[in-house]
Amino acid sequence: MENKVEKLEEDGRRKFLRLFGAAIGGGGMAIAANSLLPEAAATETPAKAAIPAIPGYDWSQHHWAFGVDATKCIGCLRCVEACKVENNVAKDPNHFRTWVERYVTLEGEEKARIDSQQDPVNIAAAGAEGKYRFANRYKDAKVEKAFFVPKLCNHCTHPACVQVCPTGATYKTDDGVVVIDHTYCIGCQYCVQACPYGARFFNEEKRVTDKCTWCYHRITKGLNPACVEVCPVSARVFGDRNDKQSPISIFLRNNRVTVLKPESGNAPNVFYVGIDKEVG
Amino acid sequence: MEALYHVAPFTGYIYPNESVVPWTVLIVIYPYLTGLVAGAFTMSSLYQVFGMQRFKPVAHFAMLTSLCCMLIVPLPLLLHLGHAERALNPMITPHTTSAFAVFGYAAGFYVVLLLLENWFVFRPHIVQQAQQRKGLLGLFYRVLTLGSYDLSEKAMSYDRKWIFALAVVGIPGAHGLHGYVGFVFGSLKSREWWSSDLMPPIFLFSAIISGVSLLIVLYALSCKLRKVPIDLDCVKGMAYTLWGFMMFALMLEAVEFASLMYRGREGIEMILEYVKGPLVIPFWTVQLGICSLLPVLLLSFMIWQGTKGKTLIVGVVTCAMLVLVGVLMMRWNVVIGGQEISKTGKGLLTYHMPWVEQESGLTAAILLMAPFVLLAVAVRLFPPWEDGKAAH
Ligand code: SF4
Ligand code: SF4
Repeated sequence: MENKVEKLEEDGRRKFLRLFGAAIGGGGMAIAANSLLPEAAATETPAKAAIPAIPGYDWSQHHWAFGVDATKCIGCLRCVEACKVENNVAKDPNHFRTWVERYVTLEGEEKARIDSQQDPVNIAAAGAEGKYRFANRYKDAKVEKAFFVPKLCNHCTHPACVQVCPTGATYKTDDGVVVIDHTYCIGCQYCVQACPYGARFFNEEKRVTDKCTWCYHRITKGLNPACVEVCPVSARVFGDRNDKQSPISIFLRNNRVTVLKPESGNAPNVFYVGIDKEVG
Repeated sequence: MEALYHVAPFTGYIYPNESVVPWTVLIVIYPYLTGLVAGAFTMSSLYQVFGMQRFKPVAHFAMLTSLCCMLIVPLPLLLHLGHAERALNPMITPHTTSAFAVFGYAAGFYVVLLLLENWFVFRPHIVQQAQQRKGLLGLFYRVLTLGSYDLSEKAMSYDRKWIFALAVVGIPGAHGLHGYVGFVFGSLKSREWWSSDLMPPIFLFSAIISGVSLLIVLYALSCKLRKVPIDLDCVKGMAYTLWGFMMFALMLEAVEFASLMYRGREGIEMILEYVKGPLVIPFWTVQLGICSLLPVLLLSFMIWQGTKGKTLIVGVVTCAMLVLVGVLMMRWNVVIGGQEISKTGKGLLTYHMPWVEQESGLTAAILLMAPFVLLAVAVRLFPPWEDGKAAH
């Protein structure tokens, strides 16, 4: 099913690329001028030119956003496992569309100790490939403060990854999702470097870059992203900001939220509640 | 079987996806080669454009060197791409906000420029060979004449105008191409180690010193192989040039480093830890100590003492070889260094270069040798020597 959506997206994309290619010709100088404007990456997206033919879906009618309530997250990592299955992500602990970080401050220490799924101790605790656990490594310590922070692509309003992509293979859709056309990406990994959040990785099997799409194949059918679906404590919230009664609109209305690394200028669209100053 | 990916060991906290280093040793080679192109071109322009007669012995040779390096420049990139067969996508649909979108056009333009310049420079030789030689080689030269056999004074003065004009265009071309490589890194705000306005000029000046050094070494070597005396005046001129540009290069790097430290933005603790730990050997000792300060001191000493003859040649060639290693280390410390400092600002990684696979030390070594294999063939087909003797 996912493939079909990808295919539809891709058809629209192709049409755009033809238009774009014709329009651009050999205008090298425009490129230099344009790269000076970070906003240009977000404003000039293929979305304007081609709407993908997803049955019953009009991307100009939606404005997706994501919320994370870190005070609720229990670090069970069901979201991570569900995402790996849903999106066919490599099962190893070095490729993630979403992951969870643990911040633990011990008594008498000022800085939090941080770990995540790639930590050897947690890998050992998980036991099997495709399974993820936080090792109970602080059981004998005096913990002063501890919390979990789910992470994923922020689907930034000014995405640095889109700005640097030389081909336009990665782009921001009209409904606010940053996606990658796997049939057009050359696998240069410039976008991997540019993302300040470590959200992107190289998919060795397809030899292109990969990242969270908010389960685009699901949300365009009215479903929740897989991670939101499986979270047992509703730490992850998703919805359409155009709909004032959607979970995300309510979340944003009722909470004072923050975003990660606001100084990057990326203007993320994943909004956090209950994170500490060292989370970035 | 070759491993699909390598997990880099880390300390502190890094994002899980960072544990696979995206840009490998091949992306170290890419700016190094572009730098040699720009540097060698600068050397030849000093004669072609600025009329510095003392550089006449290496002017044409520099042009060939620049071309041979340039022909290899796209290879490290192609070998790095996940889908090399899609390499033309950025040219078909250049994404205007990307610092990398123009690379194909810029590089293509520059290759054409170098080919034209070389063609004009070597046209008399091509015509002469086309008329004398028989067989396959004769055919080769006849094709290269492009049908133009006119070597009259009028035609030659026309050629000279072209050579001059192309060299003039080539200066901003070569320097633009390389400054732009610096921009590819400097414009990334995600990495404090790269994000700097000074990156383009730093890349540019280190490029020039690497190109000048390469010519010093190759010129001395070629004279030895051809058993002709080395033009001392030329070597001395190149030594002065090297010294002068090294001052700029060192100054810029010092200023950049100082402002990075002084700004002390978030994550500076990690950068300091990196600078004081993993960088002790590759940066402080090799790049800065042995390959920058030592040659500068040695060159200064020789200039001050008015060293002559064989001692001068040995001294200058030694300095040049050190600088060549130093600039390679600089590329490494920028490209790999930037990726060894985590974007979290809370951890460090260690990139381990594999020795034998697509993106490995072996590939890098082959790519580094390739321009010189090309050059060895090129100097036989198009002898660039002013004394007229072909290389053996
Ligand atoms: S989080 Fe990273 S990958 Fe996602 S949109 Fe922002 S810059 Fe791009
Ligand atoms: S890896 Fe693909 S999506 Fe990323 S910058 Fe390169 S072409 Fe664009």
